[in-house]
Amino acid sequence: MAPNVVPMDYTKDPDVKLPMQLIINMPELKENPFKERIVSSFSEDGEGSLSFNDFVDMFSVLSEMAPRELKAIYAFKIYDFNTDNFICKADLEQTLNKLTREELTAEEITLVCEKVIEEADMDGDGKLGFADFENMISKAPDFLSTFHIRI
Amino acid sequence: MGKKKKSALQVIMEDGWYHPGIEFDGEVESDTESEEDEVKDKKTNKQRLRETGRASRLQSKGKEKDKEDKEEDDSNEEDSGCQQNGASRRKNYQRKNRDGKKAGVEGSQQRERGKKAPTKDQKESENKEKKTTKEGNEGKNKQKENRKNSTTSASSNSSDEESLSEEELAMLMEQVEQKKKLISTMRNKPWRMVKKLSVLREAQAFVEKFEGALGKGKGKKLYAYKMMMAKKWVKFKRDFENFKTQCIPWEMKIKEVESHFGSSVASYFIFLRWMYGVNLVLFGLIFGLVIIPEVLMGMPYGSMPRKTVPRAEQATAMDFSVLWDFEGYIKYSALFYGYYNNQRTIGWLKYRLPMAYFMVGISVFGYSLMVVIRSMARNANESTADGDDDNFVFSWKMFTSWDYLIGNAETADNKFASITTSFKESIVDEQESNKDENIHLRRFLRVLANVLIICCLCGSGYLIYFVVKRSQTFSKMQNAGWYERNEVEIVMSLLGMFCPPLFETIAALENYHPRIGLKWQLGRIFALFLGNLYTFLLALMDDVNEKLAEEDVVKNITYWTLLGHHNLSVGNDSTATPPPLDPADVPRGPCWETTVGIEFVRLTVSDILVTFITILVGDFIRACFVRFVNYCWCWDLEAGFPSYAEFDISGNVLGLVFNQGMIWMGSFYAPGLVGINVLRLLTSMYFQCWAVMTSNVPHERVFKASKSNNFYMGLLLLILFLSLLPVAYTIMSLPPSFDCGPFSGKKRMYDVIQETIELDFPLFVAKIFSYVANPGLIIPAILLMVLAIYYLNSVSEAYQRANAELKKKMQMQREEEKNKRNNKATTNPMLQDLEDLLTPSTKTETHPNQEEEKKMESPDRTSPVRKPGRGAVPDGSPMTGGRGAAFTPPSHVFVTQPLTPRVWAPYPGQPRPRGHPMGLVPGRGRGQPRYLQPA
Repeated sequence: MAPNVVPMDYTKDPDVKLPMQLIINMPELKENPFKERIVSSFSEDGEGSLSFNDFVDMFSVLSEMAPRELKAIYAFKIYDFNTDNFICKADLEQTLNKLTREELTAEEITLVCEKVIEEADMDGDGKLGFADFENMISKAPDFLSTFHIRI
Repeated sequence: MGKKKKSALQVIMEDGWYHPGIEFDGEVESDTESEEDEVKDKKTNKQRLRETGRASRLQSKGKEKDKEDKEEDDSNEEDSGCQQNGASRRKNYQRKNRDGKKAGVEGSQQRERGKKAPTKDQKESENKEKKTTKEGNEGKNKQKENRKNSTTSASSNSSDEESLSEEELAMLMEQVEQKKKLISTMRNKPWRMVKKLSVLREAQAFVEKFEGALGKGKGKKLYAYKMMMAKKWVKFKRDFENFKTQCIPWEMKIKEVESHFGSSVASYFIFLRWMYGVNLVLFGLIFGLVIIPEVLMGMPYGSMPRKTVPRAEQATAMDFSVLWDFEGYIKYSALFYGYYNNQRTIGWLKYRLPMAYFMVGISVFGYSLMVVIRSMARNANESTADGDDDNFVFSWKMFTSWDYLIGNAETADNKFASITTSFKESIVDEQESNKDENIHLRRFLRVLANVLIICCLCGSGYLIYFVVKRSQTFSKMQNAGWYERNEVEIVMSLLGMFCPPLFETIAALENYHPRIGLKWQLGRIFALFLGNLYTFLLALMDDVNEKLAEEDVVKNITYWTLLGHHNLSVGNDSTATPPPLDPADVPRGPCWETTVGIEFVRLTVSDILVTFITILVGDFIRACFVRFVNYCWCWDLEAGFPSYAEFDISGNVLGLVFNQGMIWMGSFYAPGLVGINVLRLLTSMYFQCWAVMTSNVPHERVFKASKSNNFYMGLLLLILFLSLLPVAYTIMSLPPSFDCGPFSGKKRMYDVIQETIELDFPLFVAKIFSYVANPGLIIPAILLMVLAIYYLNSVSEAYQRANAELKKKMQMQREEEKNKRNNKATTNPMLQDLEDLLTPSTKTETHPNQEEEKKMESPDRTSPVRKPGRGAVPDGSPMTGGRGAAFTPPSHVFVTQPLTPRVWAPYPGQPRPRGHPMGLVPGRGRGQPRYLQPA
């Protein structure tokens, strides 16, 4: 992707990181509405730049072979926009807006968000913890088939 | 485990036997004597060792190992104290190490993880210690030798290792297995790649080093080969799956339609595609087994009366108007029943064509029934499987609807559109369920609508009856015009065109949810079409009966003509064979089967034309008109009266279903009909896809198709059954025509089966058949089936009830859990504190050896985590209100789920050997610089 940044020789474990802008423009991620979130979830410094290991990590999680639990963990990270370990309403709204390109009206968005919280929130704190999320996602029929990238 | 050990032991023993240079040195024995006493009472399972001549040494060694093993099993660290010298301490250390590994096998990953570094470290040091590095050596054994008798020569060293390694070998094998397991499950662990890599490398190195020691060289190769094949196989399977999905025709087209028009419109196209598949199979069956053999091996055109156009018609037989009516040459072609000969076998293959014709006719129905029912059952399965949990509709939509595979801008656009549509669908559903209105008014309106529709149905039924009666008088007239001849078809098509919209208008009164409304609409149109179809069939039956009466007359005439001709020629010249009468001149019967076939083909073709023209005029021209005339019109055409058409799902589905009914009915008498239908479905797929994308607008209230389109399938099954009836009736009770078709000359069509059984099967088979066909057997069989159906039905009902009960219970449990969680969170402050501690580490699932990194990360990462815990409500969740402030939101799962391996390690109170932390600490300290440099 960036031959000038990445050295040819990787035997000495150079500390090279690719900036997020480069990563999200790769064809596998380009159209993904959550590309920034994906990249920053996997980056070690939280800024969105990936080292080679992070990069491999990303595609290993998004590969077909990765198990459901692992995918669930990272999916949770991805959808947790403000990285507070909970998917709260603001996260849901952002997710929804990204998914629909902001074509829903404000009432519809609130309705959907409320419904999601109502459906998946088991402990009644008005937001989704990882337990809620995993419980919900483990029953989803097409989570595994959609949450992977083929390279 | 014991068994495994034993087998390994045997292997080694044999190795020992074959090895000539085994030597034993006294030092080893003396060193182990003290231990031997301790384990005397322990019973070993190595009986074979004792039997061997020079086994005493081996035995002692074996016992020692055995003891070691047992110590490990019991996690018994106590006796390590008696060994004071450095070597034994080493040994002890090693033992602890093994202990750790054992524990790792038993359970949690994190313990194992804690062990990795020390193990590896130790191995490294061992390697250094060793001077002799033999490939496939057993490192530990050697090392032990080294430490026990440092003065031993290299030769004795190697020989000893051969003989001593049984126990350790087994252990090693276990370790290797464990490592392998670790390698295979590596990717399942939520570690950072750096850590994964280091652990993986270490484990791989271990496996590589010791695997050779376990198996012989050949085994290793075989293993590698196996692994390679397994990998290849997985890859192949995946590729094959991809290939299969790529092979699904029109997937992209349908997806595109779906994204713009919602799942309900797409469900029609999916149904159409399914239908195409079924028809393709039927076509293959009929074409391959009936038409092709007849064309290739049967008698050619013009060789006999039934394959020749009669003299009177020959002049016009090629005219387009005649061909368009399926008369002339088309009538006397392999497309229709009449063309087939009643020869028992044709061609050099001795192909039994009449038999094949009959069996194919039956198997068309059999296959269709099977396919429809199977697909219904599968749909039912799916719907129960999916409908099990419909309480996550929105969540699933939110989190799993984006397909991460999408990398194409256009597809992404479609996906965005379809996600939006599906959200709207769900919102409509949701609002629909919350609606509450004047129920009396609505009931009245619904009754009114039903009355109106029944009136419509009666009217159309009478109209058809009237037209059919009139057509019978028309058919007796000689010079009937085109309209008179086609009146029935035209009226039926017109009814099919105008009634559904009328019904839809009336249905607007009812104000049903669109999905339910669609079903009502479908049911009504179905009734209409069914009435039409059966009126048509009755008229046809009248026709057939007339033809049958006519046939008797013609039969006599033909007989006499042929006889006369024969006599004439015989009278002229008795020796010569009579000059054959030209087949075109032979008087022939009306051949009612062909007539029926032609009727069905005509109906199908007119149906196709009407459908296409309706789409062209009703949708496309209208769309063009609205689009372009709108610039210069008094009112807004797009928003106002004509506007664009919506895609008429119900009409199209029913059109398809009834068309298929025609095909099923007609295919017995017109084998070519299925071919026509295949073409029709193919063109209609493209044409309708195009039309819907260009000239239709999405439904005003986008709604979701019901999960399983079992409703369509149910209609199809009904139609299939209804179309089976007339065909079965004609086959079983009407005599076939005497001079056309594969069954001519027989009393009934099914006689062909009896004939085959009698002539081609051995006698006893015929006998068996005659017994089986006995009513005394058939009636009990039917009874049995009915009973079985009853039983299975009641069983399934019971299951359903149990299912519902379970669901209810689950729901209740969920509620309960919710309540409990709420309570617990407020009452258990200790747990809160604990969670506060845990959350940061769950967030950053880092390797223990990345402490520095973690520390660097933690300030910015953990601070938002801690905030809610300390009482400040995060800005994103205003609705939690006071509750959020009152207790800590972090959920309890972090405690119950071993997500975070790191957290457990230093935790007190864990049942684990005491030596474990000891092993951990040096391991971590030493392991870090060597393997775990941050990348």
